[in-house]
Amino acid sequence: MDPKLVAMIGAAIAVSIGSIGPALAEGRAVAAAMDAIARQPEAAGTISRTLFVGLAMIETMAIYCLVIALLLLFANPYTG
Amino acid sequence: MHQASPLTSTVLFHVGPVTITRPVVTTWAIMLVLAVTSWLVTRRLQKRPDGRQALLEMLVTGTLAQIQDVIRKDPRPFLPLLGTLFIFLVAANLSGVLPGVEGPTGKLETPAALALIVFFSVHYFGVRAKGIRGYLASFAKPKLIMLPLNVLSELTRTFSLMLRLFGNIMSGEFIIALIIALAGLFVPIPLMALEILVGLVQAYIFTVLAAVFIGAAAGNAEEKKEVSWTRSSLR
Repeated sequence: MDPKLVAMIGAAIAVSIGSIGPALAEGRAVAAAMDAIARQPEAAGTISRTLFVGLAMIETMAIYCLVIALLLLFANPYTG
Repeated sequence: MHQASPLTSTVLFHVGPVTITRPVVTTWAIMLVLAVTSWLVTRRLQKRPDGRQALLEMLVTGTLAQIQDVIRKDPRPFLPLLGTLFIFLVAANLSGVLPGVEGPTGKLETPAALALIVFFSVHYFGVRAKGIRGYLASFAKPKLIMLPLNVLSELTRTFSLMLRLFGNIMSGEFIIALIIALAGLFVPIPLMALEILVGLVQAYIFTVLAAVFIGAAAGNAEEKKEVSWTRSSLR
């Protein structure tokens, strides 16, 4: 097969499968934070700051997949 | 296809052996604008603030309160670094919205430089707070067997700090470019609004994470439990 075609398929698979996990995880994190804020509205500031930092951590996994896809497409040593 | 690669940047001119690219020139422009604006707004400070000074004081005290919340120490030694980081990141992330300007954080080099600054300042503040022996001993903190993991997490979290900023800003610009190529004039406007939000949130997250890392390195002795939590679980 043409290595460029393989690289494109690989990039698409990396992003599409790699974003499933972070999406589920972010949904769970936001739901838990909503629950916590509803129970304890006075702690909303601390909770939302921790939520933001945690979401950034989770999102990093999806960003890693994006970077892998970019490397496959634009900096691939095998496709020249 | 190679022209549009987000991993390379346009070379404008050369100074000796050093190539000057477009993001570097944009960074210089942002630095100039920020420096001149800071000089202008702090020029005539009074006891009884007018509107401009009230806004400035709100920004500074708000940043101080946020840093205090994260680090739980006197926030004033950390304000110059973290405040500058935040203001520069907001300006750099939002500069991509201006027509004809590419945000410098959408290229790999600027986030790498900022992450390196955070990496070294973490050690600086850690050594200043605990002394060299105390700081080095804090790497073997829960047990000696955690030493390689702690060292590794220092490196990976700097790397992920860089990639997070780069990935978010670059992917936003990339998607807007794709939509413009596909759909034309007014369709990408909602995405650009989203990109403004993402830029602000990423500036906030980068600064808060830098504060968390610095706080973990320079944390109080009585905060030990929480500090060890942040050090081992944030990568």
